[in-house]
Amino acid sequence: MYIIVVGAGKVGWNLARELLDKEHEVTVIESNRRRYLTVEQELEHNVSYGDASELWVLERAGIQRADMVIAVTGDDEDNMLICQVAREKYLVNRVIARVNNPRNRQHFDLLDIRPSVSATDLILRLLEHEVPEYGLVHLLDLQEEQLEIIEMLLGRDSGVTGRRVSDLEMPEGSLLISILRSGKGFVPGPDTVLEAGDEVLAVLDPGKEDDLKALFGPGGNEIGNGG
Amino acid sequence: MLREGHEVSCLDEDPESHARLEVGLEKGWEDLGGHFTVGAGLETEALIAAGVEQADAFIASTDGDNTNIIIAQIAQRCYKVPTVIARVLDPLRAEWYQRQGLHTVCPTRVAIDMLENAVRDGAERGGDPEPGDSAEAA
Repeated sequence: MYIIVVGAGKVGWNLARELLDKEHEVTVIESNRRRYLTVEQELEHNVSYGDASELWVLERAGIQRADMVIAVTGDDEDNMLICQVAREKYLVNRVIARVNNPRNRQHFDLLDIRPSVSATDLILRLLEHEVPEYGLVHLLDLQEEQLEIIEMLLGRDSGVTGRRVSDLEMPEGSLLISILRSGKGFVPGPDTVLEAGDEVLAVLDPGKEDDLKALFGPGGNEIGNGG
Repeated sequence: MLREGHEVSCLDEDPESHARLEVGLEKGWEDLGGHFTVGAGLETEALIAAGVEQADAFIASTDGDNTNIIIAQIAQRCYKVPTVIARVLDPLRAEWYQRQGLHTVCPTRVAIDMLENAVRDGAERGGDPEPGDSAEAA
């Protein structure tokens, strides 16, 4: 694949290295002269100097033939603009944007720039994962595949405590994928019996959360979405 | 626009820019019916505080092209402001977004046209070199 990465900071540079290792064709575009010179020592012709929000810079990098554009600069407006132009003017198949300020996520959504990745949001979700309250926590939203992975803590009064996995009437479009119990994770078999204190991971179609919450019973406070 | 009787609300991150609004005005900005909010165009609370939900027209004129292009689209799509204009210095981006349905004003384009005309006029007026005649000083 030919991938353009915009921004050669820690994220962009390391991303480029990984992609090159996987034998993709990569061009990184960096607008800061000093950073460009540093990165160029390692990446050589795979990095290009310029402001990627200028159309001619993108064209010089061959955006017309790019399969993917990943905008990981430190500026949300730049990331939004680059992805919008990539997708709508140059018809790039896939764009991925970094969201620096989580409060700007709504603007990425408004302009239909997906997927957008916010490091802060990911860390917040991991925090919630580490310290789960009762209720349902979003671990991962796979927007293109239209799937979510959620986690629930089973309280003592949960409707499924003491039941076997195979006896559960999981709502259609959902699947139990793992259980974390006493610090260890495992994939449950049909005879696994659910216990209070289990953290249950499920993959589901969007919109099925309420059905799942209803099945797994009152678990205490509801946080709502972790995302 | 304030003098014409319109209600004008300005949003800027720099509280000191308020002073610039009052240059040449007989009275204070607010006394003449103007509003001023401190905040960034990407911040929903700031936009709402500045009155975007009631606005008939929205002008995005920060010093960043990308910011102007993005917040103008937010005004259009999210708040459905009827008239939205973005100042975009880069002629290429200005032209493309204009074609996509965003009204852009490109000072660079205007300056290029005016400068070109000034050079042509100077050349037409004749050969006598006068002090200050154009010598690619642009």
